[in-house]
Amino acid sequence: MPTPIHTPSTLHSGRHTTATLTPNPTSSNPTMASTDQQLVLLDFWVSPFGQRVRIALAEKSLPYEYVEEDLLAGKSDRLLSSNPVHKKIPVLLHGDRPVNESLIILQYLDEAFPDAPSLLPPSDPYARAQARFWADYVDKKVYDCGSRLWKLKGEPQLQARAEMVEILKTLEAELGEKEFFGGEHGFGFVDAALAPFSAWLPSYERYGEFKVAEVAPGIAAWVERVGKRDSVAKSLYAPDKVYDFIGVLKKKYGIE
Amino acid sequence: MAAGEGDLKLLGLLVSPFVVRVRMALSMKGVSYEYIEQDIFNKGELLVRYNPVHKKVPVLIHNGKPVCESLAILEYIDDIWGTTGNSVLPADPYERAIARFWANYIDDKMFPSWIGLLKAETEEEKAEKVNQTLAVLMHLEDAFALCSNGKAFFGGDSVGYLDLALGSNLFWFEALRELFGVAFIDEGRTPLLASWAERFGEAAAVKEMVPSVDKALEHAKKFRAFFAAAAAK
Repeated sequence: MPTPIHTPSTLHSGRHTTATLTPNPTSSNPTMASTDQQLVLLDFWVSPFGQRVRIALAEKSLPYEYVEEDLLAGKSDRLLSSNPVHKKIPVLLHGDRPVNESLIILQYLDEAFPDAPSLLPPSDPYARAQARFWADYVDKKVYDCGSRLWKLKGEPQLQARAEMVEILKTLEAELGEKEFFGGEHGFGFVDAALAPFSAWLPSYERYGEFKVAEVAPGIAAWVERVGKRDSVAKSLYAPDKVYDFIGVLKKKYGIE
Repeated sequence: MAAGEGDLKLLGLLVSPFVVRVRMALSMKGVSYEYIEQDIFNKGELLVRYNPVHKKVPVLIHNGKPVCESLAILEYIDDIWGTTGNSVLPADPYERAIARFWANYIDDKMFPSWIGLLKAETEEEKAEKVNQTLAVLMHLEDAFALCSNGKAFFGGDSVGYLDLALGSNLFWFEALRELFGVAFIDEGRTPLLASWAERFGEAAAVKEMVPSVDKALEHAKKFRAFFAAAAAK
């Protein structure tokens, strides 16, 4: 793992921290003050999905223990037992109980820590539904299409490029004149969902031979704005680190 | 008119599990709406206007504003009609996270498997899809034990979010049994789900929203023809 430019968390030490704050966290007592139980994040440094959770935790000023899973070397027993169905990071452990899937973790943090700033607009059902829709859109489209850009060549790659441009334009239209996707609510759910991909865009640009600033200038401007946000700056790695990582993946999968 | 109702329309497809689950939730809340059946093989102006991004059903249109993606719609229904009838989602944040996890699993893993079975051309493909679906259901059998805590439904004493997410697919399992001779939920392999499925079928709020197996079979024919024609291009 390369030296992080910014420390991912306030408790990050590469080792386990001391015992939890409450003596007996039990999953059979959901009414126990959950805000007292320790948070542990199983993650992988460059994962945009893990970074969403780091961003959310930072936005909420929630302390947690960051545990790096070296996915290229194999998966730990703790990861496999915490997420037996998908065996993927990020996994948020809240006093022993695992929460899986990045967007589900984000909603869980909103609900389990109601006194902290929320990512979903708390009292606008329609805005909440829109946020869920667009975060789901990011999930369905961005990583998948981006991966095809660096995995494929020729006609399929050109198709992926056209799709990526379409995705960026669609997101730009949704953003419109707003500073953040969260609109009146400010930096929100969709912003947190998309922000980590800002470090992947330069790689997508290189492989796809396009410029975000040209095809979707609104998104390029948004990227700059979120990049200045503390929670995002602390959670992301520089784009050239992402580019190098893609190179490592390509070697691993035997892609030219 | 119930509080918060306003003008409510639902763009749907009678046999889509994603639409059926929304209709069940609205029925649970006792909310009335105008249902507008869509021709998904020949998408009309309404669908394109209200869901330009995906052009898919269901679309709930509340006071002229569209809500898309069935799981987001279920959450919206709870948000708007929270004090009416039973809650769709559980109250506890951790239980909500678990319910959302399995609902996403159903939509991301289970649905593509059985739809893949409908699309399959070769016997090999069919067998693969059958096995995939069976494997997914074994996970869901475990999920039921975890979520229900000994109670009747995933949601506890009454039908909830996860019951709707899975339950809305049940009539299709019946149709697939007729088409392919496979019982995806059965007493031998998935005893908990088998008895849950019976209880779900009896639940008042959901009964009238379940389409007949014949309608599903009819649609399966159209779907296979449509898909084959598209693949041939």
